[in-house]
Amino acid sequence: MNAVLLVEQSLNGLQFGLMLFLLAAGLTLVFGIMDMVNLAHGSLYMVGAYLVATATLASGSFWLGLGVGMLATAALAALLEVGLLRHFYERDHLAQVLGTFAVLLMANEGVRMVWGSQAISLNPPEALAGPVELWPGFSYSAYRLFIIAVGLVVAALLYLLVTRTRLGMQVRAGASNRDMALAMGVPVRRLFTGVFALGAALCALAGGLLGPLLAVQVGMGEQILILAFVVIVIGGIGSMRGAFLGALLVGGVDTAGRTLLPTALQWLWPGEAAANAGATVAPILIYLLMAAVLFFKPRGLFPAHG
Amino acid sequence: MVDPACSVAPAAPSTVAPVVPAAATFTAPGRSPLDHPMSLRWAGALLLFLLLIPPVLQALGDDFYVGVASRVLVFALAATSLNLILGYGGMVSFGHAAFVGVGAYTAGILMNSGFMSAWVTWPLAFAVGGVLALAIGALSLRTQGVYFIMITLAFAQMLYYLMVSLKAFGGDDGLSLPGRAELGLGLDLANDNHFYYTVLAVLVLVLLGLHRLVNARFGHALQAIRENEPRMRALGYDVQRFKLLAFALAGALAGLAGALLANQGSFVSPSLMQWSQSGMLMVMVILGGVGRLFGGLAGAALFLVAEEVLSAYTVHWQFGLGLVLLLVVLRAPTGLVGLWGRVDPAHRAKGPKSPP
Repeated sequence: MNAVLLVEQSLNGLQFGLMLFLLAAGLTLVFGIMDMVNLAHGSLYMVGAYLVATATLASGSFWLGLGVGMLATAALAALLEVGLLRHFYERDHLAQVLGTFAVLLMANEGVRMVWGSQAISLNPPEALAGPVELWPGFSYSAYRLFIIAVGLVVAALLYLLVTRTRLGMQVRAGASNRDMALAMGVPVRRLFTGVFALGAALCALAGGLLGPLLAVQVGMGEQILILAFVVIVIGGIGSMRGAFLGALLVGGVDTAGRTLLPTALQWLWPGEAAANAGATVAPILIYLLMAAVLFFKPRGLFPAHG
Repeated sequence: MVDPACSVAPAAPSTVAPVVPAAATFTAPGRSPLDHPMSLRWAGALLLFLLLIPPVLQALGDDFYVGVASRVLVFALAATSLNLILGYGGMVSFGHAAFVGVGAYTAGILMNSGFMSAWVTWPLAFAVGGVLALAIGALSLRTQGVYFIMITLAFAQMLYYLMVSLKAFGGDDGLSLPGRAELGLGLDLANDNHFYYTVLAVLVLVLLGLHRLVNARFGHALQAIRENEPRMRALGYDVQRFKLLAFALAGALAGLAGALLANQGSFVSPSLMQWSQSGMLMVMVILGGVGRLFGGLAGAALFLVAEEVLSAYTVHWQFGLGLVLLLVVLRAPTGLVGLWGRVDPAHRAKGPKSPP
């Protein structure tokens, strides 16, 4: 019983962490290369999820919907970057926070105007709808396993992109020292539009994949945006490796806190007090983790800037 | 409120002179660009205007709006406290609503336990906000830039989730107050007019105190740190201590604003501490003017009146708000009051930002 619970929750934590990584990957590059606080990243996730949901419902195919939604979100993000966010790079953090906060407000209301306040629910594709028996007596949702696989594949591809290609080298150069990269002839501007669009596509991927698990609704971006911020701050801003480890750490700690901690506390001190304490501490754990990391390493675990 | 050692106003020029770009750019001798003179005429006119709001609204038969006006003043206090660290201290704190919420809960919990006197609950809300800000500031101020923004946000989220999960204090549903606090002095706070004037008195006292503070040595040092922190450190200033004191004072004032807010609505809920509330306070500060004494008041008034007017026309008023905010950030970086300040001769003397 306990082993089953442990494996199940570990898989849930891994799945959540990998989805967080999809968001954090784009965010950390935006942060790292342009030193830009982008609160609108969560809005891209929300808009992406809506676009995927709409395309899926219109076409009847989850896969087609996912692809179309990702492309549309990337295009939208490129427009946003060129038309608006570009003006904020040279501004201070306060202006960036407020400017992107404004975008966030407009995105939320815009989505409400277009799609209404009603949440949209998606079904997972037929082939992945049921549970899979991993070993006798233990079954796990096939769709969640699929999400884990996609997350791992995307993480591996991103790793190859960042460490093995010329483009990735330029991205890393931009993140560790933008001025130097510019001086060495890296087209940081164009590169950044591309990175931003790629980050948005990953947001849409996460939003679309999570669509069947969570409801697609207004405000879904904020909750996860803050978690993504926690991830990249823990990992070190601008670092892909940091984002990956930070995401797994946050996903694991959050899931463990919500499911295992109350059980563990119950086991230590049976009684209602322990259950209440567990419920109080669980949502705070990841923020405690972040505060602790920043206390000992004020620039995160893997700072990208030299 | 003000550390007595720091309140020897006006600043001895020698202490801040090194951060001043060039003395020749000032019109008035001995005036530093870190000074914030207050025009008595304008301040008096503003006070008169604020004093006249309840009788005028009553004459128009719009009593309901007296409550809205007190809400504006309470948020003005909260935004002003944020402006102290954001505008004068250059610390972009993204968790200020937490202190407002903590002050509100302090007042709410005390009043539910039978402590109805404002003389007990309000100073305690001030103290709890201040002590909490001292603790959070001590940890957060170790970090810089984006990390500071994020860690203040994280602490605010912690407090938010803490209050959501504490069922003893209402949890997600919030906490109802038995009524408004008792102040004595012949005032009945349950009366909206009395409450309005009480809040106005608190706000005026705080603004006068802050005016004194930012023009004192402490305020000058704080602004100088904002302009060039390494230089102030090199001059031998205990930079962290100045920033931490300002942060704690801002938290305390936010706590006081929270207590007033709890009284105003007779209700406290975790939504007061949501991160979007911190964002709204920042919006108020930038709308009104970053680093301007009346910035918080102007911003809160603009924001809440716009909300009241726009939401009557459309449920999508936040779209309009976002658009206005975007335009302000792009076109008027010093806020709407800043636009006006550009032609104000008192500020024309302000030189460009000192080079590092």
